[in-house]
Formats: sequence, structure tokens, C-alpha cells
Amino acid sequence: MIKIDIHKKIYGSHGEMDLDFNLEIKKGDFIALTGESGSGKTTLLRILAGLEDASGTIQVGDEVWLDKSKFISPQKRRIGFVFQDYALFPNMTVLDNLLYVQKNKKLANYLLEITELNELQHRLPTSLSGGQKQRVSLCRAMMNRPQLLLMDEPLSALDPNMRTKLQNEILTLHKEFGTTTIIVSHDPSEIYRLSTRVVVLHLGEIINDGTPKDVLLKTTGSQKFSFEGELLDIIKVDVIYIAIISIGQQLVEVVISHNEAKNLQVGQSVSVSTKAFSPIIHTLS
Amino acid sequence: MIELLGKIEFEPFLLSFKLAFITTIILFVISVPLAWYLSQTRSKIKPFLESLTALPIVLPPSVLGFYILVVLSQNSPLGIFFEDVFGVKLVFNFTGLVVASCFYSLPFMVQPLQGGFESINKNMLEASYIAGKSKFETVLKVALPNIKPALLTAIIVTFAHTVGEFGVVLMVGGSIPSETKVASVAIYEMVEMMDYGSAHIYSAIMVIMSFLVLLSVYIFNGKQSRKLGI
Repeated sequence: MIKIDIHKKIYGSHGEMDLDFNLEIKKGDFIALTGESGSGKTTLLRILAGLEDASGTIQVGDEVWLDKSKFISPQKRRIGFVFQDYALFPNMTVLDNLLYVQKNKKLANYLLEITELNELQHRLPTSLSGGQKQRVSLCRAMMNRPQLLLMDEPLSALDPNMRTKLQNEILTLHKEFGTTTIIVSHDPSEIYRLSTRVVVLHLGEIINDGTPKDVLLKTTGSQKFSFEGELLDIIKVDVIYIAIISIGQQLVEVVISHNEAKNLQVGQSVSVSTKAFSPIIHTLS
Repeated sequence: MIELLGKIEFEPFLLSFKLAFITTIILFVISVPLAWYLSQTRSKIKPFLESLTALPIVLPPSVLGFYILVVLSQNSPLGIFFEDVFGVKLVFNFTGLVVASCFYSLPFMVQPLQGGFESINKNMLEASYIAGKSKFETVLKVALPNIKPALLTAIIVTFAHTVGEFGVVLMVGGSIPSETKVASVAIYEMVEMMDYGSAHIYSAIMVIMSFLVLLSVYIFNGKQSRKLGI
């Protein structure tokens, strides 16, 4: 059980704000932390890692990491941290990056095997792709068998295919080690696939906390499908209008009436929803 | 010409290099912690320390030499202390030159190192702390190996700058053969005595050696940057 109750004044892109965070996490949970940028997510991870101080308490199992009179340094917290920019040591090979944390060759080989990095173990980080670097970083974070794994938007710099692959590897590692994990992410499909609980932060405060399904599925009432997208263009074809909307990585066409077309502006965020139909799902590849 | 070359005494060069070698080692040991502190601190004393460190660049060597003489001479409290306790004189001998050179060349060691440390990705250092490593171990195994170009620049420029110093050396050391008469002082004396032939040869040796040293630094740094992808 991890108990977090912290408070800190932070100066972010929205000016001064209070980070006020109170959460209890069960051992082995996989928490996704989400919310708009500047809401304090990264600061929170850094406080948990001991890289920044704050007032309040952090208790992990029987250990107190932070309270009025105590501050355990990052060196002694036994955590894993995966940075968005990988932060590998460029002067060490893949294997040495892992062994730097803990001289445990067996564990290093095991981790490299799970993440299919075995053949790259003697390469320097500069010669690796972004996805490979992040896998190394993930392995490195697991090397001290952390009590808490923190990941700060680990996959946001990678392309969609590589993300899916790494999500699978993160899941495999989580099943294997049962590490309590907090991931900062903006990607709903990533959050849904990985996490058991979603915490939404807004201006330093928790505004939503629940299962991924409760928090992420945005349909209301009898709507079955509802997506948010950006209106890219409105094209007039004979007597009808076609709106081109970008949803996620895809473009869709929606037929709209003359009146609707008048009220819409290109560039607006729109929600596209429909009800009472049964979609057909085809498998791809 | 050959006759002239045969007459050349290499002692001043050897003395210059010995001085530069010792100064570089001492400064390296002092400057790594200092540069690391300056690169990491957000304390208010940082600009004061930075100004103090940079002072020898802007001060005329004579000012520096004068103060070093005042502080270290046999009549000063520090000079008396060293003479009584350790039995060493700190001016007009080789020891005095080393002390003076350490002040004079300090910024040339500290500044490249500080710049190098500041350019390191902070997350990388934090990753090392999180891995349970102390600051000392992080500097040794992560920070220093990843600033090799800055490291080499600092060492070589400090060495070269010490070889090339003149004013401070002359004031603090004088020109005692085999003790404080380094190459730059020797050239000055030759010119004074209108021995232009020897001055030419000494000067040419200095130019060629300095150029080769700098050239090798730049070639090495270019290769390192490509290798580490900086």
C-alpha cells in the first residue's frame, strides 16, 4: 500500500498553483495519471522519486519516504523511473547501462531477453532507434527491482506501431514483476490497455478517479459511438455538404445539412456521435 | 644554424613543461568539484564565485603577480607560516611558480568543465541518483565520461596556458636558471640581450608545439562529438 498526501506550490504555465494530491495505491496497481499539460503530473512523479521536495507525507508499505521530519533521498527509495527522453548513459553499452544500476547479470540478461534486445547488448545507445532506447530505459528501471515504477510519458515520442509493441512489453514486465506502477499518459488507448485505474489531474487537483472504462468512455445517454475530432474542411457536393473530420490518426467524411454547415467553422473541435446501429468489425492484417 | 641549434639549452622548456604538468594536475583535482558545484547550484553566491574564478582572465598578470608576492612573501603571515611549519619558501622558487600558476590558470580549467557539466542532460544525472548512486559516483562514472571534449579542452588549454604564461612567472619567480627560468622568460631575456637567433629558435619551437597540441585537441573533439552523437 502506498499512501500519498502531498502539497506544493508550483509555478507552471498557468501561473502559480497548488498541487494538492491525496491518493492511496494498492500494491501491484497500474495507475495512469492524465490531465492537460501544466496540471502537475510530472512534478508529482518527481516528488515521488525524491527529485523535488514537498510538504506532506509519502508512505510506501512500512517505510516513510516523506513527512515533517524525514526526507529519504532518491538513492534510497528503490524506484524505477522511465523518462520521456530515455536518459540513457551514452558512454555505456546497453548491457552496461543495466549493470550500472545493479551488478546482476542474470537479471539483465533476462530483461534483455523479454524485450528482445539481446542482440543489441553490446551497442552504444546512439546507434539505437527511439523504440529500442526506450526499451533499454525500461529494462534499466527494472534492474533494482523497484517498489514503485514511475514513467513520464514514456511512449509519446514513438510512432503508433512501436507504441503498441512497447505497451505489450510494459504489460509483460508488469505481470512478471508485479511492480506498482504510475504512468503519465495522454493516449486513451494506451491508458485503457495498460492501467487498472485512471487518475485525472486538473490544475494540481484530482478531478476524476476510477476504472479506465468509467473515466475514458465518453458516450452519454443512448449514444453508442462518440468521438472527438477536428473539423478540417466542409465541401459542397451538389445539394449536400460533406464535413471532413480528423479523429485520432484517421480522416472521416460525414454528410451534413446546409444549416449545420453554416454553424460550423473549419478548425473547430467537434464531437461526432451516432446511435442505434450495429457496427461491423473487420480484422486487419 | 646547426651551430646555433647545438647551443640551445632545453632546460627552460623542460621547466615550462614540468610547471604546466604539475599545475594541470593540481588544478584538475581542485576544479572538478568546483565546476560541478557551480554547474549544479542555484545559490546566490554562484555569480560571486564565478566572478572570482574568472578574475585572472581580465586582470593584468602584474596585478596578480603583485598580490601573490604580497600574500606569499617571506614577510607575510602566510609566508612565515609555510616557512616555519613546512620549511618551504613560496616566492622566487619553483614552488612559488606552481602556486602562482594555479591562480593564473584556474579559469581555463574551471570554465570548460563547468560548461561541460551544464550541458549534460539533467535526467541522465537523475537516472543515476535513482539507480542508487551517490553524487561522487555519478560525477565519476556518468558526468565525466560524457564530457570528454570539455575535459580534454580544459586539460590541454590549462597546460598550454601555463606553458605560455610570462608576467606572473617573472614577478613571482624571477629568472633563476633551472629553478624559475621557464621558456617564455628565457625568450624575453634573449631579446633583451639582442640574441635574436636563439630567440627565433625558442619562439619557433613554442609556436609549432602549441599549434600541434591545439590541432590534436580539435581533431579529437571532432571525433568524440561524432561518436557520442552530441
